[in-house]
Amino acid sequence: MAGGRLMEGRQMSSKPRIVITGLGLTAPNGNSLGEFRANLLAGKARIAVIDVRHMGKHPAGVCDFDATKWQKRKEIRNGTRVGSISIFCAREALGDSGLDWDKVEKSRVGVYLGITEHGNVETENEIHNISQFGNDTKYWTHHHNPRTVANNPAGEVTMNMGITGPHYTIGAACAAGNAGLIQAAQMLQLGEVDIAFAGGVSESIHTFGIFAGFKNQGALGAHEDPTKASRPFDKNRNGIVISEGGAIYVLERLDDALARGARIIAEIAGWCINSDATDAVLPNPERQTECVQMALKRAGMKPQDIHIVSTHATATALGDIQECTALRNVFTDCPDTHINNTKSFIGHCMGAAGALELAGNLPSFDDNWVHPTINIEELDPECAMPGLVINQPLKVARVDAILNNSFGMLGINSALIVKKYGVA
Amino acid sequence: MGLPDGVWVFETNPENMTKDDIKQVVLDIIADIAPDEDLTAVKPEVRLRDQLSLDSMDFLDIVMELRKKHGIEVPEADYVQLASLDSCANYLLPKFEAKGK
Repeated sequence: MAGGRLMEGRQMSSKPRIVITGLGLTAPNGNSLGEFRANLLAGKARIAVIDVRHMGKHPAGVCDFDATKWQKRKEIRNGTRVGSISIFCAREALGDSGLDWDKVEKSRVGVYLGITEHGNVETENEIHNISQFGNDTKYWTHHHNPRTVANNPAGEVTMNMGITGPHYTIGAACAAGNAGLIQAAQMLQLGEVDIAFAGGVSESIHTFGIFAGFKNQGALGAHEDPTKASRPFDKNRNGIVISEGGAIYVLERLDDALARGARIIAEIAGWCINSDATDAVLPNPERQTECVQMALKRAGMKPQDIHIVSTHATATALGDIQECTALRNVFTDCPDTHINNTKSFIGHCMGAAGALELAGNLPSFDDNWVHPTINIEELDPECAMPGLVINQPLKVARVDAILNNSFGMLGINSALIVKKYGVA
Repeated sequence: MGLPDGVWVFETNPENMTKDDIKQVVLDIIADIAPDEDLTAVKPEVRLRDQLSLDSMDFLDIVMELRKKHGIEVPEADYVQLASLDSCANYLLPKFEAKGK
């Protein structure tokens, strides 16, 4: 019985409070929070058309950060694309946090990065490489294993930054961005680390397998104008635009952040990860409903306390409807709850999606603007929801709490709630 | 049938290559795998590891690139022969000459 399960949820007030004190990101339409946010408020999508191996041209979100800002060229050559994304985001987050890095005890720092998948890019590249040599495996690179171990992105961050605390990735399909942040919050509450670099990252545009998989599933988005290919909630949506990107946060316990006089960007208020246990690809709105309700319960909040819902919707025919069904179940009689979507601007950044989508909404705590979901020419009646902010940003009276939804294959659901620091 | 991606065609007949040519081949490979290094003053008689930031994975890269670009095989027991530019030239010259025949 759902109610019984909810009663098992423990409020988090008895545990250390966790806050965000830094953020670094790269998105297809911005390499800093300021640039990203400005484009979200201006309605500017940025989607490229790339040549996908074996598949021809497809729309994709491509990041243009300068990897050499924080890496030597040899590091870039020997590492992975997602390693470079991770290092860029982590270094930018460190700068944003104001931490005096030389004085930080590196063994007390952890790196927890959510990933949808890892290793496909390098494996496909090597299969292609040896195919040029008669499939003789003596031409297979010795860099393959360090590049493809599942901890690669987080491990590259530790090597670049001299971090000697724990590092690993959290494989959580497209719920991974939230999962990375949740893992970090839990490790901070347990006292395993004092500082966490956490979030989500993805290099998925460099593997044809993901494009082919979605295409053969009938879930790969297309449009003659690539910036309109990703259009969640639109009646004529036709699937996912695959993108790369990353968003990594600095998380600390509130007491530590206050002690060093840190700028507190937001507080982690509550979360839930659960599982559909029904279908590998089709989401289950009942479980999604329970996930959001549990996150609210743990945050000690009512639905009315949430002012922005950042949806996961990926522009697939059924997935969007399923999430809307779940949100309608929870957010009844919530006139101050506004709903938006970021994938309409940047496509689906896979493992980075949840972390990036949260990031783009955080400035709302200060400016009280809610960025819209764009590319809706005809709203799908089955996706109609009160509070959906369509095509134009909305100025609101206040934004105190954000619910960030991220769901993934094999029925993994995540709901993360962050609140404005200082709000009861 | 075209050459595979990443395979270079020799401008010089391998049979006529000099030791200086071979040192340049090795330096070109190092320039690719260690792009941050300044290679303008590499001393041929000094161990590469003692004057450049190269690790064991980099030497495996040199072995791989010799294989892919030049068709030269370096057995593991002979890796020590790649220690310096001079030792590379001494060791690789007969292999390049053999390729030209």
